[in-house]
Amino acid sequence: MGEILVLVDHVDGAVRKPTLELLTLARRIGEPSAVFLGKGADAATETLGRYGAQKIYVVDAAEVDEYLVVPKADALAQVAGAVNPAAILVPSSPDGREVGARVAVRLGSGLITDAVDVVAGENGPETEQSVFAATYQVRAHVTKGTPIITVKPNAATPEEAPATPAVESVAVKFSAAATGTKVVSRAPREKSDRPELTEADIVVSGGRGVNGAENFVVIERVADALGAAVGASRAAVDAGWYPHSHQVGQTGTQVSPQLYIAAGISGAIQHRAGMQTSKTIVAINKDEDAPIFDLVDYGVVGDLFKVLPQLEEEINKRK
Amino acid sequence: MKIVVCVKYVPDATADRGFNEDGTTDRESVDSLLSELDEYAIEQALQIVESGVEAEITYLTVGPDDATDALRKALAMGGDNAVHVNDDDIQGTDALGTSLILAKAIEANGYDLVICGMASTDGGMGVVPAMLAERLGVPQVTYLDEVKVEGGVVKGRREGDTATEQVEASLPAVISVTDRTGEARFPSFKGIMAARKKPLESKDLDDLGIDSDEVGLSAAWSTVDAATARPARTKGEVVTDEGEGGVQLATFLAAKKFI
Ligand SMILES: Cc1cc2nc3c(=O)[nH]c(=O)nc-3n(C[C@H](O)[C@H](O)[C@H](O)COP(=O)(O)OP(=O)(O)OC[C@H]3O[C@@H](n4cnc5c(N)ncnc54)[C@H](O)[C@@H]3O)c2cc1C
Ligand SMILES: Cc1cc2nc3c(=O)[nH]c(=O)nc-3n(C[C@H](O)[C@H](O)[C@H](O)COP(=O)(O)OP(=O)(O)OC[C@H]3O[C@@H](n4cnc5c(N)ncnc54)[C@H](O)[C@@H]3O)c2cc1C
Repeated sequence: MGEILVLVDHVDGAVRKPTLELLTLARRIGEPSAVFLGKGADAATETLGRYGAQKIYVVDAAEVDEYLVVPKADALAQVAGAVNPAAILVPSSPDGREVGARVAVRLGSGLITDAVDVVAGENGPETEQSVFAATYQVRAHVTKGTPIITVKPNAATPEEAPATPAVESVAVKFSAAATGTKVVSRAPREKSDRPELTEADIVVSGGRGVNGAENFVVIERVADALGAAVGASRAAVDAGWYPHSHQVGQTGTQVSPQLYIAAGISGAIQHRAGMQTSKTIVAINKDEDAPIFDLVDYGVVGDLFKVLPQLEEEINKRK
Repeated sequence: MKIVVCVKYVPDATADRGFNEDGTTDRESVDSLLSELDEYAIEQALQIVESGVEAEITYLTVGPDDATDALRKALAMGGDNAVHVNDDDIQGTDALGTSLILAKAIEANGYDLVICGMASTDGGMGVVPAMLAERLGVPQVTYLDEVKVEGGVVKGRREGDTATEQVEASLPAVISVTDRTGEARFPSFKGIMAARKKPLESKDLDDLGIDSDEVGLSAAWSTVDAATARPARTKGEVVTDEGEGGVQLATFLAAKKFI
């Protein structure tokens, strides 16, 4: 079986969950090798091996952190050029997507973005994408070069497959373009004790109906009672009530949890694009004609400030 | 200096979008328009000029005959002229091919700054700006929530994978801007009238020196095997809160084992 390169998504060596999903998918189509860029490879080795990485290519170069995207593309393209992989999987994040894009141009390879599933097919890896605000499922494959596929979070359940990876340090010859865009400063996002939006089994979101930053506590309390992540519509984010990193939708995060609860959200197409593949959908809205009710498995027409506190109390009672 | 704004003509996101037999986007049964996310790119170009940077703004689109609608709307918002790359052989082109055509057209026009939207509202890949930078060999400063051009340098704020980043590069460069950069203006009546007189040039692949077998559906680097509509969600029970709405909802969630 061919070698599959998996670009590792990490923070100082702490491997993020989507990478484990990618390693799991990679095992279906070949032998996974991790490509680790930046600092902290030692801390990541054990985790990457546990999820099946046979090899780890490490590029520990300052450029990767100091400049935007291009050094990562240089590194991935160089490793790919050397090992001639059967496919390259990268996380569907802003950086991952753009690294994939540049490597695709350089290698003259096809690129498929935002896959929600990857399986072995007759013509190489077959992908599944969810498109047009998740109203269509598309099956596709790459026809030229090395298939480069960006994969959305939650595309697979991470499965352990312990291996003892061979670690190889790679010295990258960076291109002249590598230092073109400087990352002048970096402010890490505020950490919260709640699950990450893309990783949560349950998401509770608030919209314009929440009517103020100070009222979001109503959403948060239900989220905490359920062990859920908190989401928000763009209207709520634009109003400054909740951080953009919590926005669900076309230009925010796309989630697909077991349960999605929308409170005070009307259900615009751009919001639906980010949540309509959720397994179970529940809405609370005071307008019985709100389009969100067309999607729901269960809906309550009512005031969220009455319904949610009662729901929270009831959850805590039943626990 | 020269600013090129790339705008895409896309099927209306609020209509029932779908696919043709060959896996290409159905552009017949749904109205198309200027991708809403590209309005933010147009707005930023206009603001850069209004901030005192002397520049000519050119809009560029690769698309079918009526993609001129997108260019006219952009011109109605402001800016100077437009280029429409249109050729029967372009239909079905993927992101790699589209970026090749755009790059050739941008080079032919001349540029100091290329401004793109963060993603189209149809394909939504969010990769064309990075591909353009790669092909043009200039820096990419992408996914910006805030943009500033000053003294030959473009700076901005990017919501990166795990952190908020301040990024900058010297011009010439390719940038892309998000829907957080600030609402786009509406074309005024005067703007719409003025747009009719602004130059709009049409080009085909020959004009750009691109071989027709480098692009189009047959040359695509990837292929769609099947496109199927997801079954519409079936609407479940909706109750009206008469004092017990929260309890009823809890009962539903408990039955589904979420509690
Ligand atoms: C290019 C583009 C990209 C976009 N991307 C996104 C995106 O990523 N995510 C996103 O969410 N939107 C996005 N939007 C915006 C989207 O079109 C909607 O404007 C937005 O989703 C509306 O948010 P909302 O439902 O919170 O607000 P509204 O549409 O104003 O709805 C508020 C709802 O709250 C209800 N309500 C009010 N008070 C109460 C109460 N006390 N109790 C119960 N219900 C109450 C009202 O009945 C109403 O239905 C995008 C738009 C464009 C053009
Ligand atoms: C549902 C769907 C799925 C697709 N999946 C794939 C895929 O997996 N792989 C693939 O290679 N192709 C795919 N395509 C084709 C691809 O969308 C088009 O080739 C497109 O021209 C480039 O990608 P994008 O629209 O996603 O652009 P994005 O990268 O999302 O666009 C970003 C910005 O680039 C500029 N831009 C993009 N296209 C144009 C244009 N035609 N004219 C002017 N400016 C433009 C705009 O400023 C835009 O805001 C898909 C198309 C659809 C409709």
